[in-house]
Amino acid sequence: MPDQGADAPRSPEQAAFERALASAPEREISLTTVSGRKVAPVYLPPDISDEYASQLGYPGQYPFTRGIHANLYRGRLWTMRQFAGFGTPGETNERFKFLLAKGQTGLSTAFDLPTLMGLDSDHANAGGEVGRLGVAIDAIDDFERLFAGIDLGSVSVSMTINAPAAIVLAFYLVTAERQGVGWDKLRGTLQNDILKEYHAQNEFVFPPRASVRLVIDTIEFCTREVPQFNPVSISGYHIREAGSTAAEELAFTLADGFHYVEQTQVRGLDIDAFAPRLSFFFNSHNDFLEEIAKFRAARRIWARHLRERYGAKDPRSWALRFHAQTSGVSLQAQQPEVNVVRVAYQALAAVLGGCQSLHTNSRDETLSLPTLEAVTIALRTQQVAAYETGVVNSVDPLGGSYQLEAWTDALEAEAEAIFAEIDRAGGMIAAVEGGYFRRRIAESAFRYQTEVDAKRKLIVGVNAFAEEEPSSIPLLEIDPAIETRQKANLASIKAQRDRAAVERALAEIRRAAAGTENIMPSLLAAARCQTTLGEIVIALADVLGRYRMGA
Amino acid sequence: MATSATRPIRIVLAKIGLDGHDRGIQVVARALRDAGMEVIYTGLWQTADDVVRAVEDEDADVLGVSILSGAHLTLVPTLVEALRRRGLDRVRLIVGGIIPDADIPRLEALGVAKVFTPGAPLPEIAEFIRASVSSAR
Repeated sequence: MPDQGADAPRSPEQAAFERALASAPEREISLTTVSGRKVAPVYLPPDISDEYASQLGYPGQYPFTRGIHANLYRGRLWTMRQFAGFGTPGETNERFKFLLAKGQTGLSTAFDLPTLMGLDSDHANAGGEVGRLGVAIDAIDDFERLFAGIDLGSVSVSMTINAPAAIVLAFYLVTAERQGVGWDKLRGTLQNDILKEYHAQNEFVFPPRASVRLVIDTIEFCTREVPQFNPVSISGYHIREAGSTAAEELAFTLADGFHYVEQTQVRGLDIDAFAPRLSFFFNSHNDFLEEIAKFRAARRIWARHLRERYGAKDPRSWALRFHAQTSGVSLQAQQPEVNVVRVAYQALAAVLGGCQSLHTNSRDETLSLPTLEAVTIALRTQQVAAYETGVVNSVDPLGGSYQLEAWTDALEAEAEAIFAEIDRAGGMIAAVEGGYFRRRIAESAFRYQTEVDAKRKLIVGVNAFAEEEPSSIPLLEIDPAIETRQKANLASIKAQRDRAAVERALAEIRRAAAGTENIMPSLLAAARCQTTLGEIVIALADVLGRYRMGA
Repeated sequence: MATSATRPIRIVLAKIGLDGHDRGIQVVARALRDAGMEVIYTGLWQTADDVVRAVEDEDADVLGVSILSGAHLTLVPTLVEALRRRGLDRVRLIVGGIIPDADIPRLEALGVAKVFTPGAPLPEIAEFIRASVSSAR
């Protein structure tokens, strides 16, 4: 509780309450949030701002604290979007069709590690990884098979890829061309947020400045050519998974967003031409109220900075739209059925925080990619939240809670303090290169693990309520023959294509990368003639360089 | 190889393969340093040869590799073979990460001294390494 002022007269009730608190014993575990935030026993009116209009306002209006639409889920529910992908494009295509048949309303594509790192399936370092954590993509024919029988003009598609994101965008656009779908019809999202790769996720290839240039190229290109598509999903999810606090996730993500805004403005694009298509991706972790406060604070901070600092005039530029995913790292291998319960609470936090789309993790994801049964339960969890709990029938139903409002304000202030630290570290790129983000995240991760080991934080089934008998659930096995099949497929693509056209396309990519022009036209040309993702990455790295981080 | 009883335990920690999940290995590195060991963390994206070279250069007693990508049944046999080729069989190999229960005996049969999966307390990891090195010295 805040200091209510030495002169504030205490009522007899208040004095009695404070005496009762002082003499009441408390349990010996840590009474803090997952992020280490101190929690007061109760929150009272003086804990919150009395500036209702400027802090909260109406849903659908600046500063959007209470939500980005006037009626939020009364008009349209969030998009239920389960991340999926494994094996060859054919296997993932089947999983996509299964999910659509179960009532999922958008697709979300997971790529395998070689693809994420810009390697073809036949690269020596790809051994054992092909098709294992996502789908393997080498060339445009793979992309076409991935979406065979799925109309890209009517389903929104999210693609989680970063270092080679511009190349994958080119593959996607050429696939739409082949389907006869105009680029102006495409809806969906490319993750394409390279900054968080340096902070946390570690799937980068090129140096930071050159990588940001590629991101800005895609924003610029999509603003002109693919107007309904979200060219970047500015992501805090991985920052949080790597061990950050809620405040760090919030602040690092928004700071990344500000950097993309500034760099796009440098190209001479009007902010209201591109900002409405920037989208976000946050973690929905265990600490229920702190997570809801984080989502609300994110909207308010973004709106304030976009309007006040960057001069955006279009309310759509101010409104922060976000996808949420429940926390993978919070799931436990011990008693995995209990993960269904964790996911349900986390999903409810995302919904009460006003997300636009949501992925719920499956109970088996600490051990493997999800089985069909597990992913069905995860999707059904969202459907129960949407159709049975009733929380969707009013907008921001927890708004006005003393605790929630106090924490929304606190998270905003903590984020502003972190923005100032990033500035002091020399701005975004200098802070990345100097290791600021990684140090802070590693520190927070270590602090949390120490709390768990000391049993000041309890995890059901891990350091409390453990079972002697290990429970076993069925796991998805990835057939090692997938790697062989995908390599054979790549060999046949390479044998049939026009080698001279590929060489010309790669030369053109090198030329474009060396200058300042937009890279996308050269990538589209390369995609059309079956140049592989790995070949394009090598050509780009020849010019842009490769980045290694000090250990 | 100088493994005097007074020398601090030297351990090389590495991420092998393409997997970038390094939260766990960084936390473990810090805990082992706090426990008085000399920890050399090689960083990301190491090949088996990179790792074996680090073990040799650093004269390490223990090698710990972290794999959360599911590629352990490809990567660990290659690593074990690379250690053997350089005559480094004496180095205790520990594996951490997401390893299904069914795969643990297979890794142990290859010569892995211990597999630590999520939830393993940091003091337990340090204690295992200490006991395993002192029994060999």
